[in-house]
Amino acid sequence: MIPGPFTYHRPESVADAVKLLGELGEEARPLAGGHSLIPMMKLRLATPEHLIDLHGIGDLKGISRDGDRIVIRAMTTQHDLIASELIGSAVPILHEAALLIADPQVRYCGTIGGNVANGDPGNDMPGLMVTLDASYELQGPEGTRSVAAREFYQGAYFTALEPGEILTAISVPVPPAGHGYAYEKLKRKIGDYATAAAAVVLTMEGGKVASCAIGLTNLAETALIAEDAAKSVIGTSLDDAALKRAADAARAIMTPAGDGRGPAEYRIHVGGIMVERALKRAAARIRAA
Amino acid sequence: MASPTKKLAISLTVNGQPVDGLVEPRTLLIHFIRENLQLTGPHIGCETTHCGACTIDMNGMSVKSCTVFAVQADGAEITTIEGIANADGTLSALQEGFRQMHGLQCGFCTPGMITRAHRLLQENPNPTEEEIRFGIAGNLCRCTGYQNIVRAIQYAAAKLNGVEFREAAE
Repeated sequence: MIPGPFTYHRPESVADAVKLLGELGEEARPLAGGHSLIPMMKLRLATPEHLIDLHGIGDLKGISRDGDRIVIRAMTTQHDLIASELIGSAVPILHEAALLIADPQVRYCGTIGGNVANGDPGNDMPGLMVTLDASYELQGPEGTRSVAAREFYQGAYFTALEPGEILTAISVPVPPAGHGYAYEKLKRKIGDYATAAAAVVLTMEGGKVASCAIGLTNLAETALIAEDAAKSVIGTSLDDAALKRAADAARAIMTPAGDGRGPAEYRIHVGGIMVERALKRAAARIRAA
Repeated sequence: MASPTKKLAISLTVNGQPVDGLVEPRTLLIHFIRENLQLTGPHIGCETTHCGACTIDMNGMSVKSCTVFAVQADGAEITTIEGIANADGTLSALQEGFRQMHGLQCGFCTPGMITRAHRLLQENPNPTEEEIRFGIAGNLCRCTGYQNIVRAIQYAAAKLNGVEFREAAE
């Protein structure tokens, strides 16, 4: 399995990469970690004529705090996320989720920018980013702009990225101190995409849920934000009836395809269970704190 | 002007030796290592980034070399299974562990397994059994059921830490 021929470019700045993308047009693709694109190229399902390798661009790496937000530059790898104390303390759900992605070798190469920009419904980070209400920084020939993760995904592999644009960074609002969180991912084996997965970030006051966001992975053509499910648990103590209502509300928006991970009915069924488990575990974290 | 067929010059360090090469952009690193450098220790197993047989160490990371282009390794420091033995030619602690603990049957996964375990023990010199299993999750073995591979890595960790290897009670 050998990829088709392509011309290799290694720009040293985002501006040069954007210029190249503009000049070379639709037959050019940016290369981040390459662990989605290169397998597709080996199968000849992707045959770009030009690859623009982003590894030579120094200012696309790193994690920093900017006031009440965490800024993760696009070429930061899953391994970097797991190793980051800042992520571990400020947005620990990203730490938990990164450990559930692929396997150690892939996590050394796979980047957060590639994971969110590819638009693959199986990728985990889009579900996390819609839950956290993150925004994406895009740079293109017209300059830079910011798009909310919740507005970014339009369909499987279709996103708000315009031709010639590169996703350069992800800006994540830091959840309130003492928040509860959990990412529940059902998969057939280590390294697999989710059969169904749910992310929860919530806060509680006096034993009742005060705020809640729920995101879903691989249960539709894009990551989903389960608004009705999240609203339904506000003010409850997450008793069994509240958990069941939330799971049913989340199931109502799931439209997964049937595939090797199971028929749609099964994936919707376990998708609801992932929501229940994530809610329970997020609340348990608060109670244990 | 760059073109898809024009070969690009790369320079890297492999097992401590400087290496130059000329590669098409589409040449995968595993093919460069096996065919140009004639280092056939790293194996081609699944070719789909799953099995880990092609694992090498690149710039301090375990990498599946079937999923990296050789041009991306320009300037890199690479270690393959051929560079794992001690400088005097004796077996490294990991190699000795795999022999002593019978950590292989057919041996196809072994170069990738040992190269991955090498990096795992650099990052975590004293891993628990669970950490070992999680740490080698990107390497598939179809023979052993992993039990003896885990014991081999435990043996190596103990030896590197200068303590006697003790099997956990069943």
